[in-house]
Amino acid sequence: MKHLKKDVHKRYVSLLAIALWLILWQVASIVINSNILIASPIQVVTTIAKLIFEKSFWFSISSSFLKISLGFILAVVTGVLLSLGAYHNVFLKEFFTVAMRVIKSIPVASFVILALLWVRARNLSILISFLMVLPIIYTNVLKGVESADQELLEMAEVFHMSGFRKLKFIYLPAVMPYFVSACSVGLGFCWKSGIAAEVIGLPKNSIGEQLYEAKLYLMTKEMFAWTVVIIGISVVFEKLILLLIKKLNHALTKELLEK
Amino acid sequence: MSRNEIIFENVSVNFGEKQVLKDLNLTIKQGEVIGIMGASGIGKTTFAKVLLGLLKPSTGKVVGLENKKFSAVFQEDRLCEGFDAITNVKMVLPTDIGTEQVEKEFSKVHLTDYKGKSVSKLSGGMKRRVAIVRAVMRKSDVIILDEPLKGLDEILKEQVISYLKESLSGRTVILVTHDKSDLEALHAKLLFLS
Repeated sequence: MKHLKKDVHKRYVSLLAIALWLILWQVASIVINSNILIASPIQVVTTIAKLIFEKSFWFSISSSFLKISLGFILAVVTGVLLSLGAYHNVFLKEFFTVAMRVIKSIPVASFVILALLWVRARNLSILISFLMVLPIIYTNVLKGVESADQELLEMAEVFHMSGFRKLKFIYLPAVMPYFVSACSVGLGFCWKSGIAAEVIGLPKNSIGEQLYEAKLYLMTKEMFAWTVVIIGISVVFEKLILLLIKKLNHALTKELLEK
Repeated sequence: MSRNEIIFENVSVNFGEKQVLKDLNLTIKQGEVIGIMGASGIGKTTFAKVLLGLLKPSTGKVVGLENKKFSAVFQEDRLCEGFDAITNVKMVLPTDIGTEQVEKEFSKVHLTDYKGKSVSKLSGGMKRRVAIVRAVMRKSDVIILDEPLKGLDEILKEQVISYLKESLSGRTVILVTHDKSDLEALHAKLLFLS
C-alpha cells in the first residue's frame, strides 16, 4: 500500500514536471513570437494531428522504425555473443575491446559519411544504429558476466551443475542488471544515431528525410512535430523492449529446473 | 590402496611465500568421518578446497578423487540469493526429485516459514540449514562440512546433528570445525592441523 502511494505520488510529480516544461515552452514561443524560430506546443500537436492522416507519415515511421530496430537487435545479439567469447578467451577479450574502443570514440557523423561509401543510403540507419549500440551491449554484458559470484561458481563446480543451470541461476542474475541498463542506454543511442544517419544519407520514406525537408523549407512546425514523434517512438520502443526483457527473465527464472 | 580411499601424498599448498599446508600425508577410507581442527588460518579450508578439487596442491598429489561425487556445506552459505530455498536445493539435484521431498527434508531440520521468500530474506540460521539440506540431498560419496553449525543455537544444533547422523551413514564425511563437541557428536576421528 505504501509502495502504491509512493508510485502514484511519483507519477504525479513527473506529470507536473512535464506540464511545467510544456508551459515554459509555450511561454518561450509567445515571447520569441517567430514561427520560423520556434513552434508552440499547440502548433506541434495540431501538426501531428494533420500528419497522422498522411500515408507518407506512416511509411516514414514504419521504415525508420524497422531499420533502427533491426540495427538494435543485431547489435544486442552480436554484443552478447562477442562478450561471451571475450569472457572465455583473453586474446578475444583484448581483440574485441580494442575494436569497441575505436568504435566508441569515432563521431557518428564520421561513421555515417564513411558508411555511405560501403552501404546504400537505405540501409545506412541499420549499420549506424548497430555500430552505436554494439560497444554498449558488449562492454556491459562482459562486465555482468565477469561480476558473476566466483564462490557460487565454485559451488556449481562441486555440485556438478549443468551449463544451463549455471547460466540460469548464477550468470543470468549477475548479467541482467547490466544488460537492462545497456539496453536502456543503447535504445536512446540507436534512435539518435539512426535518425542522424537518415538526415545525412536521406533514404526515401524515412523520418530523417522528412526532418531534412522540413528544415530545407523552414517548416519549423513540422520539424518540431517530427522531433516529438521521434521522442514518442523512442520512449515506447524502450518501454516495450525493457518489458520484453523483464518478461523473458521472469519466464527463464520462474520455470523451474526443466533442463 | 583400496579403490574407495582418498590418499594425500606429501601435499603442500603455498600462497606466494606463505605455506599453508606442509607435507600432509593422509588416507581417508570410504565411510569414515574425519574432523579437522586447528587454529584459524592453519589451512582447514585450504584442505577442504584441495579435497574438492578447487585448489591444486603446490607439491604432492591427491589420489582417488576421480569418479567421486562431492557435496559441501561451505563456510559461507553460497546460496543463490535471488531464488527461494526450495529452488536453491533443487538446482543441484536431478530433475526427478520433487518439491515435496525437499520440503520433507526441511522439516527434518525444523525449517519453516521459508515459502515464497528469496533466501536473501531468510535469517542466518535458516540459510545455514538450507545449505546443509542441499549438501545432504545431493547423492555424494564424500561430503565436506565446513563449520556447518555456525550461527545455530543449541537446540537447532542438536536437531541438525541428529539429522546429519541419520542422513550421512555410509558416506565419507569431512567435518571442519573449531568446536570439539561437534566432532564428538558426529563420532568423528580427529585430525589436528598444526
